[in-house]
Amino acid sequence: MSLTTIAVQQLSKTFGHHPVLQDIGFEIRQGERVALIGPSGSGKSTLMRHLVGLTRANRQGNSCVHALGRDIQRHGKLISASRAERCRTGYIFQQFNLAGRLSVLTNVLVGRLGRMPRWRALLGRFSAEERAMALHALKRVGLEELAGQRANTLSGGQMQRVAIARALMQDAELILADEPIASLDPRSAREVMDILKRINEEDGRTVVITLHQVDYAREYCQRAIALRQGRLYYDGPITQLTDARLQALYENAGLNELYQPSDGSVQPVMLRAATG
Amino acid sequence: MTTQTPSITATTMGKRSWLNLAGWSAALVVLGWAWQGTEMQPGLLVENAGNMATLASDFVPPSFTNLGHYIEQMLVTIQIAIWGTLLAIVFAIPCSLLSSDNLVPWWVYQPMRRLMDACRAINELVFAMLFVVAVGLGPFAGTLALFIHTTGVLAKLFSEAVEATEAGPMEGIRVTGAGRIEEIIFGLIPQVLPLWISVSLYRFESNIRSATVLGMVGAGGIGVSLWETMRGFQYTETATIMLVIIVAVTALDMASQTLRKRFI
Repeated sequence: MSLTTIAVQQLSKTFGHHPVLQDIGFEIRQGERVALIGPSGSGKSTLMRHLVGLTRANRQGNSCVHALGRDIQRHGKLISASRAERCRTGYIFQQFNLAGRLSVLTNVLVGRLGRMPRWRALLGRFSAEERAMALHALKRVGLEELAGQRANTLSGGQMQRVAIARALMQDAELILADEPIASLDPRSAREVMDILKRINEEDGRTVVITLHQVDYAREYCQRAIALRQGRLYYDGPITQLTDARLQALYENAGLNELYQPSDGSVQPVMLRAATG
Repeated sequence: MTTQTPSITATTMGKRSWLNLAGWSAALVVLGWAWQGTEMQPGLLVENAGNMATLASDFVPPSFTNLGHYIEQMLVTIQIAIWGTLLAIVFAIPCSLLSSDNLVPWWVYQPMRRLMDACRAINELVFAMLFVVAVGLGPFAGTLALFIHTTGVLAKLFSEAVEATEAGPMEGIRVTGAGRIEEIIFGLIPQVLPLWISVSLYRFESNIRSATVLGMVGAGGIGVSLWETMRGFQYTETATIMLVIIVAVTALDMASQTLRKRFI
């Protein structure tokens, strides 16, 4: 098999009359750790959602999104795939997207739904082996002692680590993290980034992370793909993403977004309210 | 900016008070119109006070000779409510999912919603009369009537809860490779379950109340006795039945409320 994990060609996306992504194309090879950066509204998250089929590209045009040896979508049409096939990609959201009323352990176990026989998946009957796997995944993110708690009792950083454990449970070869640390305090952000880095280095999993804090990208990733107003602005080693280039990238975005001190970006930890 | 603000506020205020006035007059017109339609004559209450006193005195003292029978009938009424509600819950779950616009395309949810509207629009008493013809006199007809009507009500309330959920947790399940139904079971149901339980219990309470009159059209339960004693002018018996109903409904309302609080 080729070593290409993700290939995006001629991807364009318009919401209403507003072009969000224009003619994006790039490749990511197996085992890379890539930061997807750009000012807010530049289309990072939309691009990320295309990679897993949560959003479809424009119908017209010759777009193609290819990941892990199969087409995810072609010309704006999703290509259906088996559950096991889709399970190979893990996705981490800014808002964690856990089922708040289920236990931490169950939230991790659902990562296995795609690989279980259908009847067991529908009944939620997880085997002892799967439970052990889930506990092991929780251990890797340092949360095994919280397994029995309801997910909505956790802090934001803990929830994000549960979401990572879910991706580990999937045994995902490709992990896409969409603004994983944007709603976390600096300490939790660092923990989450450390875990993602470890998964990349120790397990050899390809990791793509959208970030709006450039310092984190510089510290944690080898390669950067930068978007500006929906267009590919830079693609290359992060070391060559010079201050001058960054300046231009964030030109109209306001300086605060560029020179965000890593400990000054304190955003309140989002605690999910129990949704009735 | 500061000079402009007052004038803007003044115009909007002026507009608002005018709208206010129009709204109030419209409301008054509607109230007057409905007053006429209902032939409201509060004077009659005073004029016929003597009649009512005589009628009321016919109810006392309640006769307790048939109390055992009435309690038995009340239990049948509760049984009708239990099964009517349970069947409705079971059917309302798929129907509500199929009438939620965040889960299915319009050509599925529109027909489903209209079907549920129809179930809801017809009163349970009317359904009871139809089912008495179909399956004969007795509690089964009443159970079916409650079941159909309650399915319509619950499907609407359930689907409103579904439409108010966050898409995030479902997306979270979807991207793990799980199927659509797993997505609903693990991403959606946990979000709506507390509300579903609370709504179902509330419907159970209200179905007990509805079930007490189903007997009037021969669909079983305590309504049969209620109707018979009233038609036979045995008001002391009617009084006993009403007491039994009040006690049972109050007790079950309280029990269900305590249960409900545990789920919210």
